[in-house]
Amino acid sequence: MRLNDVHYLMPVLILVAGAIVTMLSVAVKRNHRVVFGLTLLAHFAALFTLLPLRGFSYQIPPFLIVDGWGVFTMGLILMTSLFVTLVSYAYFEQREERKEEYYILLLLATLGTCVLVISQHFMALFLGLEVLSVSLYALISYLRLREMSDEAGIKYLILAAMSSAFMLFGMALMYAVTGTMSFTDIAVYLRSMQDIPLLFLTGFGLIVVGVGFKLGVVPFHMWAPDVYEGAPAPVTAFIATASKGGMMGLLIRFITETDGYRYPSLVLIFTCIALASMVAGNLLALRQKNIKRLLAYSSIAHLGYLLIAFLAGNQLGVEAVSFYLVAYFITTLGSFGVVALLSDNIRDADQLEDYRGLFWRRPATAAIFTAMLLSLAGIPLTAGFVGKFYILASGVNTQQWLLVAMLVLNSVIGLYYYIKVIAVMFAQPEKKPELRKVLHPAVSFASGATMAVLALLLVWIGVYPTTLVQIIRGLLVTFMASR
Amino acid sequence: MILAWLLVLLLVGGILAWVSDRVHPQLPRWVALSVTLACLLMTLFLWLETPAHTANTWLMRYEVPWIPQWGVSFSLALDGLSLLMLALTFFIGLVSILISWKEIQTKVGFFHFNILWVLAGITGVFLTMDLFLFYFFWEVMLIPMYFLIGIWGHENRTYAAYKFFIFTQASGLLMLLSILGLYFVHGTATGTYSFNYFDLLGTNFPLGVEKWLMAGFLAAFLVKLPVVPFHSWLPDAHSQAPTAGSVILAGLLLKTGAYGLLRFVVPLFPEAAQVFAPWAMLLGVIGILYGAILAFAQTDLKRLIAYTSVSHMGFVVLGVFAFNQWAYQGVVMQMITHGLSTGALFILAGFLYERLHTRDIRQMGGFWPTLPKMGVIAMVFVMASLGLPGLGNFIAEFLTLVGSWRASPVFTVFATIGLVAATVYSLRIMQKVFLGQHHTTHRMQDLSPRELGIAVPLVVLILWLGLNPQPVLDLARGSLETQLEAYAQPSLKITSPNSVTLIAHPQDSVHTLKGGSHALK
Repeated sequence: MRLNDVHYLMPVLILVAGAIVTMLSVAVKRNHRVVFGLTLLAHFAALFTLLPLRGFSYQIPPFLIVDGWGVFTMGLILMTSLFVTLVSYAYFEQREERKEEYYILLLLATLGTCVLVISQHFMALFLGLEVLSVSLYALISYLRLREMSDEAGIKYLILAAMSSAFMLFGMALMYAVTGTMSFTDIAVYLRSMQDIPLLFLTGFGLIVVGVGFKLGVVPFHMWAPDVYEGAPAPVTAFIATASKGGMMGLLIRFITETDGYRYPSLVLIFTCIALASMVAGNLLALRQKNIKRLLAYSSIAHLGYLLIAFLAGNQLGVEAVSFYLVAYFITTLGSFGVVALLSDNIRDADQLEDYRGLFWRRPATAAIFTAMLLSLAGIPLTAGFVGKFYILASGVNTQQWLLVAMLVLNSVIGLYYYIKVIAVMFAQPEKKPELRKVLHPAVSFASGATMAVLALLLVWIGVYPTTLVQIIRGLLVTFMASR
Repeated sequence: MILAWLLVLLLVGGILAWVSDRVHPQLPRWVALSVTLACLLMTLFLWLETPAHTANTWLMRYEVPWIPQWGVSFSLALDGLSLLMLALTFFIGLVSILISWKEIQTKVGFFHFNILWVLAGITGVFLTMDLFLFYFFWEVMLIPMYFLIGIWGHENRTYAAYKFFIFTQASGLLMLLSILGLYFVHGTATGTYSFNYFDLLGTNFPLGVEKWLMAGFLAAFLVKLPVVPFHSWLPDAHSQAPTAGSVILAGLLLKTGAYGLLRFVVPLFPEAAQVFAPWAMLLGVIGILYGAILAFAQTDLKRLIAYTSVSHMGFVVLGVFAFNQWAYQGVVMQMITHGLSTGALFILAGFLYERLHTRDIRQMGGFWPTLPKMGVIAMVFVMASLGLPGLGNFIAEFLTLVGSWRASPVFTVFATIGLVAATVYSLRIMQKVFLGQHHTTHRMQDLSPRELGIAVPLVVLILWLGLNPQPVLDLARGSLETQLEAYAQPSLKITSPNSVTLIAHPQDSVHTLKGGSHALK
């Protein structure tokens, strides 16, 4: 550890400091507003210190590496967490539980994800993963008086611990074969071999279990619907975005670093996972009456789409993954943001019936939700369309016809349940809905403004993706150049 | 630039119409009306400015880079064919706003927003010369149409709207795959990655690849047209949509499919199209006969008219795959006259629905004495629909049949039988609705001045097209020749697609794309 390293680790250190300061402030006096402000401040500061790190590839041996890909994913995760925080304030303001610890846990979860994406060593990877997981255990069951939240929390706890154990075992096997835990050294070892040793492949397979669990892809998806349903809406948004994006970032780093695309067996594993996720996710979503569960299944399918671009394994593929992550994050944050916005202090607005005639009651909210759903379905004018287009392009470019054809088929299936929700929102309400307690206008204004910003971003990226493509290409230069 | 203004006007007008709902409930109608009228006047102005016989097919082009990294540009171009389609679009758009004046009373602002955005999508489809942008607009016209059917439709609207959306979206995605395939095939062959139509023209590919790529485009266009095995969304969508929605669906949305065939399938894939031609003509003939038979069997008036569309669109497919100038002029005429005549029939069905609150023709009959004006107008369009000489549809069908005779006499013979069938189902409309026994007792108003104001221009236009079709044919000739260029000298593809020179109107400037070479690779 040199002094210069501090400069490159600043975003992560700020998150650590943010968590500690927030904790201390809670110890002094509980104040929702102050804690909220501190959390926002930590996010802004971290993002600010991230900016000058563009365009470098800086090793902090042996654990971490800050390069273009790391900066991109960290930036994405910090932005996501920022939006989650913004939405959380109004959501937790109307709840009776203690609110302040939530923000500490959120900062820690963000910290874990950030460490995950800049790790280049199994130790750092595991450290990041556990910081993320442990924070999530608490976050998921945060509203512990709710019926579903204990179930969700325990389910996640057991399954995540299991998957971590699998991952550790996999790492141990890989270590036994290669004698190293660093990604670059593993790559060196693999290059010297003609074929992958069976034991290494086994270890990799076990790691895939852990990765697949965090990504929520079939067949490791069982937790997703229950956890999505039981967790508070902002936490669900965080799990659906940052946690998955972090794991995707790590996966791309690991596979690119070790040049995993050379091995047909690895490609085959991920092809099967991608196919199964797309099909199972979309089919299971068809009959859902619960919005959170529907979005859970839809996110399983979307991770399947994302794996197509991942499997392309070239510059275009990584670009497509990056772009799609941005589009998917905006969309998912927007959708769960709407759910959070409509939730009252008894329960989350997760039933399809809660949305009946929403367009006639709250046109702006309904319009934003419609835009988000259309983006999930990949309809033009939204970011989701350009993302899907990018993925299709990378798939067609590498001629993975089976995957591309399945993507098209699944988009059509997906369309059905997305427009089902839209149709419910536009249906005429049968009865007059009871009026709910209205929060202080400033509180709902913060959430509303966040939603509006997300919707604008969605449309802007959908109509003029040039800027984002430029940013991604610029950041990927250092990452792809080292290949 | 004027082309981009058309789009901007419609899109901004749509948002204005939505917002103006809050000021006054009638205001959106006036906003939508004036925007569409302005667009129509601009198009007519362009038409009048066009010299009668020009050597150049492209009247105007406008191009700015949009996503230069991928070789996507915001590229619009106007030729005779697009000009005719635009004129039709804005005229039908105007009509559909006028007929909704009394019919639509809920969410007026959002309704007109949707109408204007559908029109914007259609305008974009007719103008754009960039395949990415084309797909973009192709989808943009979908969503407002979904809302038009799903919110203001009749009793079974949700089902119809689903079906419409899923059919067109599925086929559109297949087209997107083909667009991407074309992009990469062209890119790897030439080194320039571009979605521009003029760049992609004359791409060389092996026949196998060409067939697959064409299949994707065909999927989108044949579903939209629709051709028989893929038509099942149409009767539901047409019969459940509000009158304005049906008019736009029949008058414009179906035409985008025909336009796509002419503009993209024919010139981009000349060899594969020729291989596919006999099958396409077979499908066309099946469509003509099948649509006619089913139309005869319907009891729901709007469903009946919807099936006549299936039948009429069969002629379009037949003509497009005949690959000669006669047939193509027939196709263009068919697109315009079908838009007018079927649109008019849907309008009449709407008028009847407003008075009777039913679309069931078994409950109608003997309306001629009470509704003489409506009866006369219905007579004109029923005659148009069956192809009576003197009305536009006759010219269209005649030219199509003459052209297709050269390509395939057998299919033409069967297609001609379709004309007889058209007589049967058309006369049935007249007989069941206006002649025969009077069933209902309640009094009905004859056409009001507003309704007459909608119907009479349609009558005048269809008569004008029937008696003096030459201006339309002249305008379309140049661009149709361009589409057929690859077929004039068989085995010789267009060698220099970029030689399409640009004459820009003074106010137009053409920006060439800088840095189009880095792309999605």
